[in-house]
Amino acid sequence: MVKNIQCLEKCLFLKLLGFALGKNKNKKIRLNRRQLLVGTASLSAIALTSKISNSQETNPNNLPPNVPEWTSELGVGVDANPYGMPSEFENNVIRRNVEWLTASTESSVNFTPIQDLEGIVTPNGLCFERHHGGVSVINPRDYRLMINGLVDREMIFTLDDLKRFPQTNKFYFLECAANGGMEWKGSQLNGCQYTFGMVHNVQYTGVKLSDLILETGLKSKAKWVLAEGSDSSGMTRSIPIEKILDDCVIAWAMNGEALRPEQGYPARLVVPGWEGNMWVKWLRRLEFGDMPYMTREETSKYTDLLPDGKARMFTWVMDAKSVVTSPSPEKSILHKGIHQLRGLAWSGRGKIKRVDVSLDGGKNWQTAKLHDPVMSKSLARFTLPFEWNGQELLVQSRAIDETNYVQPTINELQKLRGVNSIYHNNSIATWKVNKDGTVDNVRLG
Amino acid sequence: MFALVKKLLIFLLIVIIPNLLIAEERKFNLGKIATKTEIAGWDIDVRPDGLGAPIGSGSAIIGEEVYAEQCASCHGDFGEGLDRWPELVGGEDSLDTHDPVKTTGSYWPYASTMYDYIYRAMPFGVAQSLTHDETYQVVAYLLYMNEIIEEDFILNDKNIGKIKMPNVEGFLMPDPRPDIANISGNPCMKNCNSPTKIIGKARDIDVTPEEEKS
Repeated sequence: MVKNIQCLEKCLFLKLLGFALGKNKNKKIRLNRRQLLVGTASLSAIALTSKISNSQETNPNNLPPNVPEWTSELGVGVDANPYGMPSEFENNVIRRNVEWLTASTESSVNFTPIQDLEGIVTPNGLCFERHHGGVSVINPRDYRLMINGLVDREMIFTLDDLKRFPQTNKFYFLECAANGGMEWKGSQLNGCQYTFGMVHNVQYTGVKLSDLILETGLKSKAKWVLAEGSDSSGMTRSIPIEKILDDCVIAWAMNGEALRPEQGYPARLVVPGWEGNMWVKWLRRLEFGDMPYMTREETSKYTDLLPDGKARMFTWVMDAKSVVTSPSPEKSILHKGIHQLRGLAWSGRGKIKRVDVSLDGGKNWQTAKLHDPVMSKSLARFTLPFEWNGQELLVQSRAIDETNYVQPTINELQKLRGVNSIYHNNSIATWKVNKDGTVDNVRLG
Repeated sequence: MFALVKKLLIFLLIVIIPNLLIAEERKFNLGKIATKTEIAGWDIDVRPDGLGAPIGSGSAIIGEEVYAEQCASCHGDFGEGLDRWPELVGGEDSLDTHDPVKTTGSYWPYASTMYDYIYRAMPFGVAQSLTHDETYQVVAYLLYMNEIIEEDFILNDKNIGKIKMPNVEGFLMPDPRPDIANISGNPCMKNCNSPTKIIGKARDIDVTPEEEKS
């Protein structure tokens, strides 16, 4: 009873604070378990967690033997939510951006909250966004795909035309080449979301380009394809013809529904296993040519600068990578005893074969459980049970793909490529679990 | 009579037969043939060899005015970049330093890319609003500011593919990855020689967004 009164007082206090903060409803308030966990929560810590804390605090009136109000009252009807949204208690599971990273939000990025997701499917509304000229809004009736250049017939297709071709339905991960790019010089952002969240994994429905070109024909000199978006950046990338004919897709649906506007509605290019920038959204044109086009995005950007001042160009494949999503900086350990470590692994070269986990900074490793399905160029889920008794841990994961590529350490990548290459940082991250259960992104050396 | 047969034959040869052939080659018979006019409106890319460069010309002298009006509010009067908007000029000899400055002059390998990108995506938020001549003028001004061409050089569709950019030899292909040591699939599992000293913490750098900092 005493406990309950304390809680009521605390809840009231939180409610008042929440009211004060809640004036600005546009601002999302994030649960910060780090601060919650620290027993003697400071005033600022409580302020930080106010809104969500309301849902985190237990209301004894809802617990046995009492009958909660959702039992004694009717809920809303079937006409209340024609398009369903997540529970209001999950409103901290959102994409987040880093304001100081870019000059404008139209040419910027936000991050998938992978630390809050389970399994391998990324919900459509949580897939990270990277735009170079904002989100285009296109009426599908006004959508046209032009194919020109070294083809037998230069043609134009409507969206309905595309949907009449034989279709493919496959899961693929999409990772931005700059995922983890802020971590080259050292641990900079204290979050799983901010350091690994430029990745998502959905099922794409579309037409294979190898089927589409049966309609246009292909001249023998055609070696490269320029993919062009119709957004305000006119995004363009050159893709070699071998990749185009191997597994590239023009997709109009993700996870069973039409592409989201921010993912290229009504149609985008899918380039399995290769860097996300090439997956041109709002795709309007494919031009076949006999040499690469050397667009801004494959010369000035998405080239990897080395210490000697030379830069690697056309580094398309996303190498094998993994991350422990819990525990992680956003996912403190709240209790002593048994826990299920969980994480994600993926490789642009094929299937994930194995994931190892270390709790002591890479000295000793054990193999985690990989969960079905494990698909080529798709996220794979791994878990590993572990006991926590308040000791410090240095948590790492290491992916091995079917080509036997072993995910490297940051020290190895730095030795090979320096610290200024921005892109393709697929190194092992280290989460330090502190004695109070909070977790830090740290660099070992 | 003969004339009619001739007309029929010509009709067969020119219209019917080619269409039949095309229809046979096309597996699904979907989509339509694009007209030259349709393609001309969308095919705006310019390649390093100058292919695709539209007819037009411009020099840095006029380019300075266009730049001041259309570009300087973000990129600065001299291409130095304002706030977080990118700098366009300078950065030579910086690529192998700790703080490389990648500009059109120090990093971009082809002048064609400048034309292509500026025409298709700039000014930011008013894409494809510059005329072809204005685009040549702005590119010429940036090349001049980077000391690649003279102020009175007339840049045009014939010579844009011949401009030699300082960093054209600065790029390496093909991709050498996997460049890492372990592609054997059998990494160390026990008592591995791995550094475990903490040399940096994101929390100490303190640049992680806190959404409700009080």
